[in-house]
Amino acid sequence: MVRAMEKYIRPGVKSTPFCPGCGHGILMGLLLRAIDELKMDMNRMVFVSGIGCAAWIPSPHYNGDTLHTLHGRALAFATGVKLFNPELCVMVVSGDGDLSSIGGNHLVHAARRNIDIKVICANNMIYGMTGGQVASTTPTGARTATTGEGNPYRPFNLSRLVEAAGATYVAKYSVTQPVALIRSIKKAIRHVGFSFIEVLSPCPTQYGRRNRIDRPEDMIRDLIQRCLLEEEAKGLTEEERAEKIITGEFLSCQK
Amino acid sequence: MVSKFVKSPFPAGIHYLSGNEAAAEGAIAAGCRFYSGYPITPSSEIMERMAVRLREVGGVFIQMEDEIASISAVIGAAWAGAKAMTATSGPGFSLMQEAIGYGVFTETPCVIVDVQRAGPCTGQATKVGSGDVMQAKWGSHGDYQVIALSPWSVQEMYDLTLRAFNLSERYRVPTFVMAEEATGHLRETIRVQRQVKVWDRKKERRGSPFGTEEEDGVPPMPAFGEGERLAVTGSTHDAYGFRKTDDPEAHSILVERINQKILKNRRNIIETESYFMDDSELVMITYGFTARTSLYVAKRLRKEGLKLGFLRLKTLWPFPEEVVREATAKKKKAFVPEMNRGQVAGEVKKYCSCDVISFGQTNGEVIRPETLEEALRRIV
Repeated sequence: MVRAMEKYIRPGVKSTPFCPGCGHGILMGLLLRAIDELKMDMNRMVFVSGIGCAAWIPSPHYNGDTLHTLHGRALAFATGVKLFNPELCVMVVSGDGDLSSIGGNHLVHAARRNIDIKVICANNMIYGMTGGQVASTTPTGARTATTGEGNPYRPFNLSRLVEAAGATYVAKYSVTQPVALIRSIKKAIRHVGFSFIEVLSPCPTQYGRRNRIDRPEDMIRDLIQRCLLEEEAKGLTEEERAEKIITGEFLSCQK
Repeated sequence: MVSKFVKSPFPAGIHYLSGNEAAAEGAIAAGCRFYSGYPITPSSEIMERMAVRLREVGGVFIQMEDEIASISAVIGAAWAGAKAMTATSGPGFSLMQEAIGYGVFTETPCVIVDVQRAGPCTGQATKVGSGDVMQAKWGSHGDYQVIALSPWSVQEMYDLTLRAFNLSERYRVPTFVMAEEATGHLRETIRVQRQVKVWDRKKERRGSPFGTEEEDGVPPMPAFGEGERLAVTGSTHDAYGFRKTDDPEAHSILVERINQKILKNRRNIIETESYFMDDSELVMITYGFTARTSLYVAKRLRKEGLKLGFLRLKTLWPFPEEVVREATAKKKKAFVPEMNRGQVAGEVKKYCSCDVISFGQTNGEVIRPETLEEALRRIV
């Protein structure tokens, strides 16, 4: 993280808690850049997170109000905060397992209500903190601590899921698309309604080493090569498309 | 920490209400301005009345997707500055347990009314029981203390819900009103005073929100958005909210304080009432709806010359151990009737030296006077 962003870090925080090569540290900085560019008042920002690696992105590191809650329940806690004090800017930063598996019910209902909460879902496609078990977002065939022969099931398409449930701002980027991602986070902060950004974030420790991606930079390179904007993916065959990850802003509307 | 008298938001005088309606009025009187809940028999009338009343007094009401979300939103709202509550019954209370532990560990004031029904499991949803007494104390994992009150009338559904908020604010702890279906659906007249005494959480700025040197052991609790930049976590934390996930000292300091702040202050928390204790050899120790039957039977049998004493526990947790010990010190027997298989009787046994006779009934019905009378005649 660049020094200019250190003013947003809680005094007393000494180091990042993330493994070498983890994408969450990049996301941690990009969120602060978006906050900085919008000149948000940290006294009015509440960062809510659940349990898992991604839940540590804001808690306790960000120097606003941070609410580090239970596994899966960040959105329910955030709903209480936002409804009682609508003046606050409430941002949920948590992981894919936290938000879409154990917290899946809260995710679809918060989206349905279109409550003005900004959700940043750091998706590393695996349960990192508990040792690399299969997640609701793990690609079919991927090896994890609990799918040694490869994941037999399909992953969620999170963007489609929250869109169908009623979210009014939906986007998906990777930490390897920093400029577009910062722009999107700013848009989500300004958006009035339920905003959801899925952020692909590599986990070399748990995902990479089990799936023969030997070095962290290989995971980053893979994301750079595979993440395409919808317009860039035009003209690709179905087969070529399946190899890529389509990113971008999928929905931005007011209801 | 501040207590003050405020004008009752509900017109002073006599009202004819159900227990569940009275609980909602007690909450509004205490200053509750946030309710999130999920429908469950036999507590739903509390939620329905709160939906109407909170709109009238400018509060926030939301029906959530389940009980886990309900209690989570309550805790979130409490940190945003609200006096917040939810109400439920056995199955919902079970779902809430993890978040209750969160409320305890983050010292979040909030109130849960548990209108107990006949369990275990789905059991008999419209029938009565008192089977959640131990769950209220031990339902979440780890070592902790909560406050649990036991109303025996519609008046107390009002009074004790109000008191639950005051205790919760004063000691920063989730507080339970352990009602029972029979009291929740009972209709009686209640008297509402012109003024009610309410407590508000202490709110010093620039303090340590999770540690204190004060004797009461209760730190100040500012709200989100007040510029305090709070760090709240359900992981072990220091006085300022920093996570301490592998520091044995931090863990023991926190666990000790959240237990001691309730135990040390228990004389201010515990309320009991007793009758006919002077001449009795046998004392009935009772609570909740069963106390109504017990007092009626005690009076009736005393007319026949049977020397029965009567002790009612208005506070179940922290357990009134000194009161029970003292009340039974010179007695031959203690008789504990309840709508479970001896949950409070077991607790009584811990603290008294006389014989303790547990009378448990788990058939989904209230204990009838003739049943109690027969049981008492057998042992007197």
